[in-house]
Amino acid sequence: MSEFAWKTRLPSYLRVEQDRIEAIARGYGLDFFPTAFEMASYDEMNELAALGGFPTRYPHWRFGMEYERLSKSAEYGLSRIYEMVINNNPAYAYLLEGNSLTDQRLVMAHVYGHVDFFKNNFCFRTTDEDTLGKRIDPIPNRPDYSPSRRWIDRFANHGSRISRHISRFGIDKVESFIDHCLSLENLIDPWQPYRGRFTRPDETQEDEPIEVPRLAAKDYMDKFINPEEYLAAKRKSMEAEREKKKGFPAQPLRDVLAFLLEHAPLERWERDVLTAIRTEAFYFVPQMQTKIMNEGWASYWHSRMMTEKILTTPEIVDYADRNASVLATSAGQLNPYKLGVELYRNIEERWNRGQFGREWGECKNYDERRYWDMKVGLGREKIFQVRALYNDVTFIDEFLTPEFAAEQKLYTFGYSGKSDQWEIESRKFSEVKEKLLFQLTNFGSPIIQVIDANFGNRGELLLKHDHQGVDLQKDYAQSALEALVRCWKRPCAVASHVDKKAVLLRYDGHHHSEQAYTV
Amino acid sequence: MALKIDQDHARFRHIVRGRIRQNLRKFISKGELIGRQGKDVVSIPVPQIDIPRFKFNSRDAGGLGQGEGDVGDSLGQDGQEGPGKGKAGQGEGQHALEVDVSIDELADMLGEELELPAIQPKGESHISQKASKYTGVRRVGPESLRHFKRTYREALKRQIISGTFAPDRPVIIPAPVDKRYRSWTVTNAPVANAVIIYMMDVSGSMGDEQKEIVRIESFWIDAWLRRQYKGLETRFVIHDSVAREVDRETFFKTRESGGTMISSAYKVCKAIIENDYPPDEWNIYPFHFSDGDNWSLDDTLACVEILKTSLIPASNMFAYGQVESPYGSGQFIKDLREHFGREEKVVTCDIPNKDAIVPSIKEFLGKGR
Repeated sequence: MSEFAWKTRLPSYLRVEQDRIEAIARGYGLDFFPTAFEMASYDEMNELAALGGFPTRYPHWRFGMEYERLSKSAEYGLSRIYEMVINNNPAYAYLLEGNSLTDQRLVMAHVYGHVDFFKNNFCFRTTDEDTLGKRIDPIPNRPDYSPSRRWIDRFANHGSRISRHISRFGIDKVESFIDHCLSLENLIDPWQPYRGRFTRPDETQEDEPIEVPRLAAKDYMDKFINPEEYLAAKRKSMEAEREKKKGFPAQPLRDVLAFLLEHAPLERWERDVLTAIRTEAFYFVPQMQTKIMNEGWASYWHSRMMTEKILTTPEIVDYADRNASVLATSAGQLNPYKLGVELYRNIEERWNRGQFGREWGECKNYDERRYWDMKVGLGREKIFQVRALYNDVTFIDEFLTPEFAAEQKLYTFGYSGKSDQWEIESRKFSEVKEKLLFQLTNFGSPIIQVIDANFGNRGELLLKHDHQGVDLQKDYAQSALEALVRCWKRPCAVASHVDKKAVLLRYDGHHHSEQAYTV
Repeated sequence: MALKIDQDHARFRHIVRGRIRQNLRKFISKGELIGRQGKDVVSIPVPQIDIPRFKFNSRDAGGLGQGEGDVGDSLGQDGQEGPGKGKAGQGEGQHALEVDVSIDELADMLGEELELPAIQPKGESHISQKASKYTGVRRVGPESLRHFKRTYREALKRQIISGTFAPDRPVIIPAPVDKRYRSWTVTNAPVANAVIIYMMDVSGSMGDEQKEIVRIESFWIDAWLRRQYKGLETRFVIHDSVAREVDRETFFKTRESGGTMISSAYKVCKAIIENDYPPDEWNIYPFHFSDGDNWSLDDTLACVEILKTSLIPASNMFAYGQVESPYGSGQFIKDLREHFGREEKVVTCDIPNKDAIVPSIKEFLGKGR
């Protein structure tokens, strides 16, 4: 255990446990940041959970709402937060005061799984502060890899900066601006960090003269094959095309927040608030990108460590009870813990038995496939590799097999207008996989880009929703547009589809309108 | 313990309160709050306040689940906590929040919303009451006030320090020096006491809807007056052709079928005041609800007589609310207005339906008496 971990208020009997479990985790090959456990009473736990795990954040009512909800459901015995861990170096995790020793052990084992994932999964590289703004290289870790991830401090700094704005401009003003920023929080480009700092395209470049492509022809045929009038018309249309391209931004931009920071007429404090919110949004991106993998990984390891090394016989039943409630499934809800852990186990088994590669893929004999076992024993190695190099989308895309989907009884559901209720729609593998991937893409948020900042030559902002079969929820979209107008100070519009028709939702600061429009 | 989140929590409650205030009139006339009343708080369902974002229409998007069931099987209706909408693993349905608001706060909201004036108690602030309260611990006192826990703790401390505590045989014997006793302080506080005497006609012509109106009215009148007076008492009288005093429960549940003699209720009310509430010490509020159908003109005159001679002089205000029923003639309110049209202490009000509850509360409480 690292030196600093002794400074937390952890009772000595839990320190002993921590040492033991940490050693066991290392024995299995897990590789994690130093981890500190803190005890929290249940209201402190609710507070921390409401704040997303961070002890200090900027003041905002939604944390209060979350706190109210959590403490109510804790009081009524509906839910209890067992574990919380922050992606920070050193990592911080909280233990709920009054939990049984078995529970505390379970939580510790689970936490080490998470911290290993934070350290090794490539998505979390975007939270390395020493490489912020640089292009990120998702290669595996060097052995001495210990990035600076002091996000607890950073979040606290956001808190004190925003508090300063509040004391200067008043809580109502600042809080309502935060509300608006949060409405736009999901308009970021999750892949931005891999491209390096957000840069404006080079605009100083001179236009090259337009060269109309000519068809090859012999001299004497040229004026028939490439007639002058045609060339002139073509040049004109190419010029118009280039003019159109000169619009601003030159290419569609997914990072709407960055665009606003750069170009919207914001006051200094507003810019500061928006920057903080954008930074925090990026911090949470990897956790959303790897929800299934992360929870699955932690659950996989807590169950292995607990059942193989940690538990004593009398604890088994308590542990099994707790574990079952963590992995429980309920109708109409996908439990990421369950799906993740099962998929890792499936992968481990397949790679242990050599169920991969060309021969396996070409084998169509059901019996042969069923008893396929080449005894290659690559399972452990494979899952460690998977946890480093995949995110939820690629994880599901590559490893979800028809056999697995059937075994796990996955289904898609949809809303039936006829019976006015949610119904199971399909158990077909292709549909299940498609729906799952759809939900995971862009964390289930619509993909929206800025395409024109001078729409209609009136300085209006035009966004485009990349419609992929599912409409936007209209009332929410309209409220989000209001937030956008608050930042842009000019009318804003989003082009999308409603009921298979191309429409433009526009808000001019006073009224909402909707009209047919094709980008 | 004070938490950092308290500030955010207070902000949230502030926002919620704003919502409740916006919808207060609706809450009042629907009467749905009353069933949710605890001892000092009312729990009000508020839809979760969401931060709007660009998001998919959940009905279009559908979702993914795991478990048994055939294609076409139902997973529950919209709005229930069934399918987790949207993201995989995000599984958060829409929860309605139950927000506890104290009755005092509700009364304040009512006051602000209806612009009710604060009540000026009758000028008897010279009446003061001695109140004693346990406030601390001391080393001497009667055995009956011995503080067991503190005594035990002192004894335990002493034994551990002196080394006579054996963990295997944890017997604690308190010595006289360990003993701790509760101590109290006496405070003198001026009191303004008030009593509401509710009277209701329960004759056959008063239906359930009429009683519901009375129930809602009385809840808000209670809340408002309780906010104004420290010790508020309520008494309940029901009557048809005879009157009797009952408890709250019976008051709202009883249904008789007899005729109506309003004077009987006024007589009981008068007796209650004479026996228990000397008018120079108490702020007295008789509220009478009826459908306005009295047995005879003679009885009406008897009522007027009682009001004139005893009830009105004793009370801060006498309020009469007439709920409309298909059977009543609605004559009584006219008679009252005829006799007491200029008497400031008498407030009469027609309450034809639930929508009229809010204006009638304003009418009753708007005088600041």
